[in-house]
Order: sequence, then structure tokens, then C-alpha cells
Amino acid sequence: MASHESSYRPTSRFTKWIDDRLPLPRMMHGQFVDFPTPRNLNYLWTTGGLLTFFLVIQIVTGIVLAMHYVPSAHDAFNSVEHIRRDVNYGWLIRNIHAVGASFFFLAAYIHIARGLYYGSYKAPREILWILGVVIFLLMMATAFMGYSLPWGQMSFWAVTVITNLFSSVDAVIPGLGTRIVEWLWGGYAVSGTTLNRFYALHYLLPFVIAGVVGLHIWALHVVGQNNPTGLDIKSPSDAVPMAPFAIMKDLFGLSVFVLVFAWFVFFMPDYLGHADNYIEANPLSTPPHIVPEWYFLPYYAILRAIPDKLLGVIAMFSSILLLIFVPWLDTSRIRSTKYRPVYKIFFWLFIFTVVALGYLGAKPAEGVYVQWARVFTAYYFLHLLVVLPIVGVMETGRPLPNSITEAVLKKGSAAPKTR
Amino acid sequence: MASHSAETPNRRDFIVIAAQAFAGVGAAVALWPFIHQMNPDASTQALASIEVDLAPVKPGQAITVSWRGKPIFIRNRTPEEVQAATKVPLNDLKDQSARNDLLPERTPASDVNRTKRGKENWLVLIGICTHLGCIPKGQSMNDQKGDFGGWFCPCHGSHYDTAGRIRLGPAPQNLHVPPYEFQTDTMIKIG
Repeated sequence: MASHESSYRPTSRFTKWIDDRLPLPRMMHGQFVDFPTPRNLNYLWTTGGLLTFFLVIQIVTGIVLAMHYVPSAHDAFNSVEHIRRDVNYGWLIRNIHAVGASFFFLAAYIHIARGLYYGSYKAPREILWILGVVIFLLMMATAFMGYSLPWGQMSFWAVTVITNLFSSVDAVIPGLGTRIVEWLWGGYAVSGTTLNRFYALHYLLPFVIAGVVGLHIWALHVVGQNNPTGLDIKSPSDAVPMAPFAIMKDLFGLSVFVLVFAWFVFFMPDYLGHADNYIEANPLSTPPHIVPEWYFLPYYAILRAIPDKLLGVIAMFSSILLLIFVPWLDTSRIRSTKYRPVYKIFFWLFIFTVVALGYLGAKPAEGVYVQWARVFTAYYFLHLLVVLPIVGVMETGRPLPNSITEAVLKKGSAAPKTR
Repeated sequence: MASHSAETPNRRDFIVIAAQAFAGVGAAVALWPFIHQMNPDASTQALASIEVDLAPVKPGQAITVSWRGKPIFIRNRTPEEVQAATKVPLNDLKDQSARNDLLPERTPASDVNRTKRGKENWLVLIGICTHLGCIPKGQSMNDQKGDFGGWFCPCHGSHYDTAGRIRLGPAPQNLHVPPYEFQTDTMIKIG
């Protein structure tokens, strides 16, 4: 993988026997113990490990929940209540899974924002970045299908609204959109059939995510980690071995994040959800105000901001798919926004835009909320399609330090021990 | 190799092409059952029609019944509501099609094309917003009925008039009229 020699030396006859046949310990040692890590990584770089942790947590709790859940329109709602009330520690495992989805997305958003700020998508990390976007899309599909499973009112109507996005194809080829939606549903409306297939896919997709995460980590270990300066590792003094330095920093960051997570799990497990989802699904009545989970709100705001159905759907999907092209839309030769005084302002404007869209997505689709959603939707696309290419060309960056080591020592902070 | 095969195709070329074609077509054909299994199954398609007794529904009242898992809005419109719907100029309509499953798509969206002759007070609609599939409000007396006195979809703010036609908001089409017939004066069969 990466261009460094593993310092792995098998000591016993047994490990040497293994090493000659399947050098897995050698690879693990080379990639996760003495792998060279930039010495200046800040706590934003702990989100990668955090995301891996949450993927494992979701899979483990999910498999346990699957042992008690019944995927049928008739029993699904009651089986979730059964898990919460009757199953031993079911309340805990269910809360970890439900709140875990939210915190998984929170960590992912921080991770993505970090990548955008420090230019982690720039050459040679384009494929690494694109794999990240793929993981993000898979996460969204998984979370959406998982949200349908409790079969409450919000579950049901979220499935109805989101699957109906595909009916907008009717505006291009009449009838095709309806055919697609009925194919997704397995009927003429969302039903138990739909629930059943979503359950099967909700079980499958996390393992697909795990596979793509493997590729993501592989790509990361080929090109090496980016860092706050955006400079490459040029000399041994720029790097520290992953264990114990990066690993311990990851564990500390994880502990703090999990403390907050635990607060939600134990003291306000329903805070991030909706009360309407404790009413069993009723196909004949839509709740007066339906909103998706918080992590989908910015996209929902974009969908509603555009008065045309097909264009709204296109805008919503392209807001995410555009991220794939960010490595080529950004024309700047400087990686880290730390050294880009002009772009820094636009970056924070973009973050503000996404948060504002999230706020507006939770509000009713009327009056001033729609107007503002249009303003921020416009900026979202302007930022990616206009600001990113133009500022990259026009801007004069601040002088870059010569090396990571110089950047660290100039600040006067104590240098970590190096090899 | 290229120059050789350009001269005369031999037995090996034939086997290569035949094997590739067999594998390609075979894979495509084998995929179809796995795609088609997700379409509505025989038991779902069998739930074809229902009969509804309209006798208890007084003018100004509306009922909702379920057909193929979808809500059907049946409203006994007051003369004022019918009049409000008939006097709308067709050019004011966002969707010009009657969206009546028994009539061709290009039929104009006039009130008579969305009801049955002589039974204009009865409006029968599939109660699903044509935007993203929510159920519009307006069936019960104290519901919000939108700016045009028909139905209002709370999800994304679509307003329908007293003939169930889209007037304002993101929905692209009028509420659809399902296929139905009057069996007697007060009994309809949907589907």
C-alpha cells in the first residue's frame, strides 16, 4: 500500500510461519501501527476513527434489534414497542441504534466539512474523496430505509414522500415515473410489502458501506493523510507513527464525543425524533407537518424551495452529486483554506448556508421561509459552481510554511517525540 | 493476432464471440425475474374494485374510502361549490388535463369532464397529492381547505379548487379521477 517499509519483525516460529503464508499481521502493523501520520493533525482528524466506531456500533445494535423486530405492516410498530418495554435491555440497544444514526451523521458532517476546509479532496486524493461521497449516499439510503421500520406516521409518510420523488420522471416520460414508484412499493401505495423489502435492504446496505469504507481507508493509506497545513510529508520529522500518537488522540476524541452521545441515549433518546412517529402508520391520514430527520433537512429545504416538482427533485439530488466534482471545481493550487484568506470567508458562508437550509427545512413551506430557502439554495449552487472555480484563480494565498515541521515549531508548541 | 483475424475468421473466433454473446444475453435474461419480483404481485392486483353507497352523504359532506390502498375522496358538493368550479376559465388552470382515468389525457380540465353527466354534485377523486403523495386536508368540516375552497396539502403547500384541480403550489397535476361508474342513483363502483 503506502510507500513505507513495515518495521514488522515476526518473533516466534508461529508468527514467522504465518508471515510466510498470509502476512496479515505484517499488513496490520504496517498500516495501523507504524504508519506515518502527520505530526500536526488536530482533533478534526479524529472523526474518521469515530465514524468507523459508529458503523460498528450500528451494525452490532442493528443485528440485535433484528432478532426481536417483526417486519410486517401489522406487527412492526408493536414489535418496536415490545423491544423498548419487554426485551432485556431492549430500551438501551434501541436507543443506541436510533440516536446512533443521528450521531453517525453528525460525525460525517464534521468529517466532510473538514475535508472541504483543508482541501482534502485535492490531488492526489480525488478517489478518496469520491469514495467518501459514495459512503455518504449509502448512509442516506440506509438511514432512510431504517427510519421506515418503526412504521409510525413519520416513517410511513417519509417513505411516501421520498419514493414519490421518482414519480417526477413522469414529467419527462409520462407513465414511467409511476411505474418506477409502483415497482419500488410493490403495490399501488406504500404497504407492508414495501416495509419488508426496505427491511431486507436496510440489513444489507451497512455491509456494503463497510466494504466501501475498506476502499476509502485503502485509498487513504496509498496517498497518506492530509493535515492542517495541506503540505505533504517530506521528511521523517514531519510524521509520527500512528500508534500510539494518532490512535491515542483518536481515542480521546472518541471518548468526548461518546460522552455527549451517551447523554442523548440515556436522558433524551427521543429529542432528535418526532412525537408523530409514536402514532402507528395510517395510510389515510397525513400528519399536518411532516419533516424528515434533522440530517436530511438541508436537502429537503432545497427540494421545497423550487416550485417545479421535477426541477426540485433534480436540484436536491444534484446538491449532493455535485460534491463528486469538487476536486475539479476548486481551481486553487493551495490545499488548506488556512492559507486562503478570501476563500475562508466564502467557506464559512457556505457552512452558514447549509445550516440555514437545515433550519428552513424544518419550517412550514410558506411565505418568508420559502423565500429564504430560495436565497440559500441559490448560494449553495453558486458556491460550488462559481465561487469555487473563480476564487481559486483570482486569490493570492498567504505564504506557505516550508514543511509541516516548520509550521509546528514556529508556533512554539513543544514538538512531539519522533523516531 | 489482429491481422490474422482480419483475414479469415476461424473456429476460435466463432467460439469466443458465441460464448460472450451467450453469457451476455443469459445474464440479462436471468436478471429480469429478480427485477420483476418487486412489481405489484398477483394478490395486490386482484384487489380491483369496491362499491360505495352514497346515500348517507349529505350536500357539503365528504367521505374517504380506501381503494387499492389509496384514499378515495368522495364529496357531495353544494351548488355554490359546483358553480365556483364551473366558472373558472380553463386558462387559469395550471394543469389543462382532466386527469380522468376514463377519458383521454388531452381532455380539457373542465368541471364536467371530472364528474359524471347529471351527477355533477358528486366529485370522486384519488386523494393523493400529485406532488409527493401526501393526503391533502379538506375532507372534514373544520379542515383547512386552501385558498380555493377545495383541498390543501400541508406537506408542501399545494392548493386544490372545488373540482380538485391544482391552482397553487408545487403539485404538477390535478387530483386524479379514478375509474368509476354509477350502479344505481346512490351507489358507485370504483375500479
